[in-house]
Amino acid sequence: MRAYLSVFKLRLNLGMQYRTAAVAGCATQFFWGFLIIMVFEAFYSHASGTPPISLKQLISYVWLQQAFLAFIMLWFRDNELFQLITSGNIAYELCRPSGLYGLWFAKLLAQRLSSAILRSLPILAVALFLPEPYRMPLPHDWLAFLLFGAALLIGLLMIVSLSMLMYISVFVTLSPSGSLLMFGVLGEFLAGMIIPVPLMPDWLQQIVYVLPFRWTADFPFRVYSGHIPLQEAVAGIGIQLLWLMGLLWLGKSAMTKVLRKVVVQGG
Amino acid sequence: MVLFWKYVAILFKSQMQYRTSFWLLTLGQFLVPFSAFAGLYFMFERFGQIRGWAFDEVALCFAVIHMAFAVSECFARGFDSFSTLVAGGDFDRLLVRPRGTIVQVLGSKFEFSRIGRLVQSTLVLAWAVSRLSAEWSVLKALVLVLMIVSGVFIFSGIFMLAATMCFWTIQGLEIANIFTDGGREMAQYPLNIYKKWVTRFFTFVIPFGCVNYIPLLYILDKGNGNGLMSLLSPLAGIAFIIPCLLVWRLGVRHYRSTGS
Repeated sequence: MRAYLSVFKLRLNLGMQYRTAAVAGCATQFFWGFLIIMVFEAFYSHASGTPPISLKQLISYVWLQQAFLAFIMLWFRDNELFQLITSGNIAYELCRPSGLYGLWFAKLLAQRLSSAILRSLPILAVALFLPEPYRMPLPHDWLAFLLFGAALLIGLLMIVSLSMLMYISVFVTLSPSGSLLMFGVLGEFLAGMIIPVPLMPDWLQQIVYVLPFRWTADFPFRVYSGHIPLQEAVAGIGIQLLWLMGLLWLGKSAMTKVLRKVVVQGG
Repeated sequence: MVLFWKYVAILFKSQMQYRTSFWLLTLGQFLVPFSAFAGLYFMFERFGQIRGWAFDEVALCFAVIHMAFAVSECFARGFDSFSTLVAGGDFDRLLVRPRGTIVQVLGSKFEFSRIGRLVQSTLVLAWAVSRLSAEWSVLKALVLVLMIVSGVFIFSGIFMLAATMCFWTIQGLEIANIFTDGGREMAQYPLNIYKKWVTRFFTFVIPFGCVNYIPLLYILDKGNGNGLMSLLSPLAGIAFIIPCLLVWRLGVRHYRSTGS
């Protein structure tokens, strides 16, 4: 466990070095946020009948999405692990006296955390003080905020274990780009990154609720804005935990399976 | 120009060496805008219209912009990855050759997998055109083609400006994405749904408005725009490339090798 912790800390420090990139990233995210909100505003301004989620709730959805992008993107650009696998340097990793799954998990987790810490706080801080109608509303109530924090963290663990599955698949396919792109696009759509889940048609929502993706992004954000009531939120966190355990178990067993068959490519 | 096509042919051959990966990437590139289009469709299913624009009309706009983006990403990719050229000192090699720098940078990379994106947007375009109730004429078709061409020039110009910044910063800047990716996302809706300042900025500074709004009004018989005006406005978009070329010149003159 201590080995994993120190890998986690090292990576966290490494990630914190890229501050200029973070500032640039913040600016980009702000632009996106404004853009998306303006589009939604235009849609809402002539809406017939009441939409299933209010514009206020939607705005907090958008800002949270922009702030915690590093937490919810399925495919977080990290070519290092891919190169390890395709170049054969994986052999070194296998020599280390600690489990590969835990090691990589810590690595990926730290990467996402450092990127999110640098970006989320400034974005949220500014978004809370923007002029109306762009201002991000405060959480629905304090209990909702606490539940949001818990849901976000479990969601983070879930997304890391989901992305671990993607890395493991590279052991089999050896070519990361194509299949990952598809997986990423599909997963992000199902997580409500393109359009929020409440705005999807009913038949699609049925599908989305069965799959794990929406628990990582859509669920915590809607808890924040109070769109999901408290009792449902508590139950949802339970489901999240179940998913997390399932995904961890799946990832670990898949990892041991592929490692048994791994062919080291060249030297 | 001959040289340019030679570059294209060579790079095409080299990318075809990894055939499976190429097709998978192409398929992926097909799916990316497809999911955006699906999102658009679901939004319209829920709301019906956006500031008086119907789905078919926005789809036309979407297709034009995505087509322009795909083409310019395919051919102007060299500018997008220009920072590696500068940081590695490889730009020196281009300078000593007896050919223009622009052709050579353009020729340094083509991304043929963007064809997937192009196919997707062509399909959307065909679909939108067949659904629209507007009456078609030769002039309108011409305007449509001009819209796409003009869009290609604008996106290429932005790529070029972003590359020029590398002369000063050495590193590539993520900020440039606001104008390329962001410009694409924004311009897929007709510009007048946004706030005034956004519309103004993207009409007079970066002329997306000349591509997707003014000509669109003409094609769809909306408003009172006359044919001449809407024919001219995509040309204004094409003219955007001129200041970009000038800035590029300035940048090349400013260039100092990183050594190595």
